[in-house]
Amino acid sequence: MSKVKVGIIGSGNIGSDLMVKLRKSETLELTTMMGIDATSRGMQHAKEIGLTVFDNGVDGLLDNPELVDIIFDATSAKAHLHNAEIAKKLGKKMLDLTPAAIGPSVVPPVNIEEHLDAGNINMITCGGQATIPIIHAINEVAPVEYGEIVATISSKSAGPGTRANIDEFTETTAKGIEEVGGAKRGKAIIILNPAEPPIMMRDTVYAIVEEGSMAEEKITASVRKMVAKVQEYVPGYKLRTEPIFDGNHVTVFIEVEGAGHYLPKYAGNLDIMTSAAVKVAEELATSLPKVAVN
Amino acid sequence: MTQLKITEVALRDGSHAMSHQYTVEQVRNITKGLNAARVPYIEVAHGDGLGGSTIQYGLSKTDELKLIEAAVEEADFSKIAVLLLPGIGTIQDLKEAHRIGAKMVRVATHVTEADVAKQHLETAKNLGMETVGFLMMSHMAPVDKLVEQAKLMESYGADTVYAVDSAGAMLPYEVSEKIKALRDALTVNIGYHAHNNLGLAIGNTLAAIEHGATRIDGSVRALGAGAGNAQTEVLVAVLEKMEVETGIDLYKMMDLAEEVVAPIMQTTQEITKDSLTLGYAGVYSSFRLHAERAAKKFNIDSRDILIELGKREIVGGQEDMIVDVAAELAQKNQVTV
Repeated sequence: MSKVKVGIIGSGNIGSDLMVKLRKSETLELTTMMGIDATSRGMQHAKEIGLTVFDNGVDGLLDNPELVDIIFDATSAKAHLHNAEIAKKLGKKMLDLTPAAIGPSVVPPVNIEEHLDAGNINMITCGGQATIPIIHAINEVAPVEYGEIVATISSKSAGPGTRANIDEFTETTAKGIEEVGGAKRGKAIIILNPAEPPIMMRDTVYAIVEEGSMAEEKITASVRKMVAKVQEYVPGYKLRTEPIFDGNHVTVFIEVEGAGHYLPKYAGNLDIMTSAAVKVAEELATSLPKVAVN
Repeated sequence: MTQLKITEVALRDGSHAMSHQYTVEQVRNITKGLNAARVPYIEVAHGDGLGGSTIQYGLSKTDELKLIEAAVEEADFSKIAVLLLPGIGTIQDLKEAHRIGAKMVRVATHVTEADVAKQHLETAKNLGMETVGFLMMSHMAPVDKLVEQAKLMESYGADTVYAVDSAGAMLPYEVSEKIKALRDALTVNIGYHAHNNLGLAIGNTLAAIEHGATRIDGSVRALGAGAGNAQTEVLVAVLEKMEVETGIDLYKMMDLAEEVVAPIMQTTQEITKDSLTLGYAGVYSSFRLHAERAAKKFNIDSRDILIELGKREIVGGQEDMIVDVAAELAQKNQVTV
């Protein structure tokens, strides 16, 4: 079976990490890098490894639409609006790694099957990818009235896009906790820690479950099962302790160690985001031929 | 010289010491007194700023917008300020606070992370609010880093930039050095926010004023996190003796502290072993009560938790690390027993 062709828009941290991961994929073939700064490290690297490189961003595809079937957008929420329009015009699948959230939000082990037909799929945020599976796992056992997450990442792993748009992180993640995780109400907090050496990404999930629905053993089992599913595509994802129970509160501590592809292993936030997107693209790749027939 | 302007923080920083249980009536009574004493600014919000009512930091008894609204109604002289930590609160929260009458916002970031405040400061400026860039945990950064980050705050439109000693860990010479460097490098107002964990809040504040700070924080009866802040009525008295004009009525401040604030405090403010440890280890002052609860739960010494948090360079907002570290220490203790 021939591989499905893919391209990346954006040559920053996320785009560069995607480059590493996509070149390892058995079902996807990375052909194109679309950036705006030809001198950036990411663009230079793309050239060196023989990708087609456009320095006018997604517009480069307009004359060469055959280069890609699936596009990864690793720019910003603002830039994504334009990029999504071009992708739609060209009939290409779009995986959105910005917090723009135009299309349905996907967390692979929770709802990937529901949205394989969507033209534009949103990957929420790194904090969302790390915590929403846990909210969902709890919610499957006991209805979550309120889900709150705290994502702590090293300052070094937060690029300028994340920093300039920090509200988009908290708002998009909170929405994901509700719409994908199933909590009635969601809240997200992000903390940047500048310690040296950089800290691993850590996430804390707090859930308040419906009065009288607490089932500690079942929740622990459900959380463990979910962690194993996430580990299939992010091996460094793990529980730091057993879930902690207090009345109708559940607390879960997670650590995400990255694969150390583009940034070192502390940047689990980068890794879980890009790994989730690649996972979605690989699922799409196996379903695409059916779509492409019509 | 620009007139020194004091911001009273008991209704925000004090929210930590009150375990976020302020009622509308308490806020009304305290605001009434502060307004009568002619305090220029009163900060009202959850201890961790707008949107801070969470499991992570403590759920508020009363919606902070109701508290802000009540304060605005009681204050015809004092301006009501709010605190916002990007990553916790959002521009949406800021707009709500502005709509109900907040006139100033202090946008707070860790001392090395000023760039996350850009959007919030710019939005506040556009709303016509007075703006403050609030660099927390300033003891953790060397002078040049602090100046670099303060300049960013200035470039985003901050009317004032604060060096915030969130851990109450700074020594007087350090305050002098840092405030002087800020004064030399910036054209906007310089502010200083103290915590009394090492008993230095008033002394450090005087050092800051001597080197050019004109915006100063205080908490009446020292009702703030840890051992509280520079005690406002004490500071007013000291400044009066130094012939530094604050515009605040000393007797009215003393009466408010004694008759209105003291009766509602959970405990008398003193430098307990845990507050002292915060300053000694350089740990965010709001961690005290959380560490005490975790110490009880895991049957360990709360000071050990705080010292370990200091070693790991934990920053403001990382309250989830307290239980984590406590659990780890408890486990270690078991192993060695």
